Amino acid sequence: MGRLFSFEDVAVAFQGVALLEGVDLELPESGCTVLVGPSGAGKSTLLRLCNRLEAPTAGVLRFRGEDVAALDPLRHRRRVGMVFQRPVAFGGTVLDNLRVARPELTVDAAAEALDQVGLPPLFLEREQATLSGGEGQRACLARTLLTEPEVLLLDEPTASLDAGAATGLERLAKDLAGRGTSLLWVTHDAAQAERLADRLVVVDGGRVEARWT
Amino acid sequence: MTGGPVRLLAATADTGRVGPLGLAASLILVAVVVVVSRWRHLDLGRQVVVACALALVQLLLVGVGLGLVVGDGRPLWPSWIWVAAMLLYAAWITARRAPEVAGLFGLALLALAAALAVSLAVVFGLGVFRLTSRTLVPTAGLIVGNALTSTVVVARRAVEDLRDKRPEVEARLALGLPAEQAARPHLRSALRTALSPQIERTRAVGLVALPGAMTGLLLAGVDPLVAVAVQVVVMYLVLGSAAVVGAVLALGLIPRLFTADHRLRELPRPADSA
Repeated sequence: MGRLFSFEDVAVAFQGVALLEGVDLELPESGCTVLVGPSGAGKSTLLRLCNRLEAPTAGVLRFRGEDVAALDPLRHRRRVGMVFQRPVAFGGTVLDNLRVARPELTVDAAAEALDQVGLPPLFLEREQATLSGGEGQRACLARTLLTEPEVLLLDEPTASLDAGAATGLERLAKDLAGRGTSLLWVTHDAAQAERLADRLVVVDGGRVEARWT
Repeated sequence: MTGGPVRLLAATADTGRVGPLGLAASLILVAVVVVVSRWRHLDLGRQVVVACALALVQLLLVGVGLGLVVGDGRPLWPSWIWVAAMLLYAAWITARRAPEVAGLFGLALLALAAALAVSLAVVFGLGVFRLTSRTLVPTAGLIVGNALTSTVVVARRAVEDLRDKRPEVEARLALGLPAEQAARPHLRSALRTALSPQIERTRAVGLVALPGAMTGLLLAGVDPLVAVAVQVVVMYLVLGSAAVVGAVLALGLIPRLFTADHRLRELPRPADSA
């Protein structure tokens, strides 16, 4: 199986504080890799590196063998989509929000995008900011999927959701993984990690402590 | 009641000249504020007195300086030096107000100079005023003074909005949008905040209050229609220059607030970075 991301002695520091140190890690293609660890362990920083919202202060990060620093960042971000901890509404309707990802999106295509995440077409006219946590996160996922990512990064996406909405999102993620999208899921919830993981990476204190397949 | 002081005050109003007695009379309301502040324990008296004293000293110094530079038949180069000093000071003030932005002094200087160049080209190039030391410094002062408000508001608002709404900005970036597009709603909001007061003032001019230049000319005994014409020129210049300076600054902020690979830089709060 090919390598999706390779971390080669990667470090990230901010104002002299190390967020990640000496990370050597290879993440294979396909399936769901779960990064698990306590709050402040550096999991989110690892994920943000993959989407290039952060850059390593030392070491090299490769995506399918290519140095991420040498890739076109905008194209890379569309190939490696990201869903954040809390749903982020841009203002306007759900349709307006979807069109941020794909400006030429037709109403029919937008309805299909919502259908993919289990939301009815009626939601297109709803103000995105008025959606519940679970609905908002699904709408954000639909927005991210419109860039047709090959990899999906999910940064504690169920942290602000109730149990029912969290289970629904987990099911959706498993479904996407089953259809060939590679997933990197960050969580501090060990039970959730166990439910989702095809492989598990434990991060603590800015270091990769263990990994299982 | 037709004695000296009253006659003197009436005379100053006719000629637009203010003597020491007129100056003292204008302080009556300030004295009322001080008395009311003491009476109601508002703790404003000292601030008001200090502000008034500072304003008087600063304006007297400026008046003395202007007296050396401005006048009929005086050469233009000292006025240009005065204008350059105003630009440098305004750029410095802007940079101080948003210390999170690296290189803001140069950018603010460029934006202010661009707005001033366009405005002066219109005013003097098209013959609205004749280019003399008496017209150059006041016109440039009006433009730079108002443009400064714009640069400070745009810079501050843009930094605060991008910092406070980082998740929104990064969500746009994560979708593959370039920095210009990710920042656009926030820069637009900063520009609106900067320009709205100018637009409102322009809209309400004359209905709510007579503007400064016009009031000054009327007090100096100029014909009201001439005063109106000058005020209109000033108003359009102020609005136009505020828009130009805001737009140049907003565009120039993007490479200073984002990295070359379209990441939003860390924008620590000034207190945090101290």
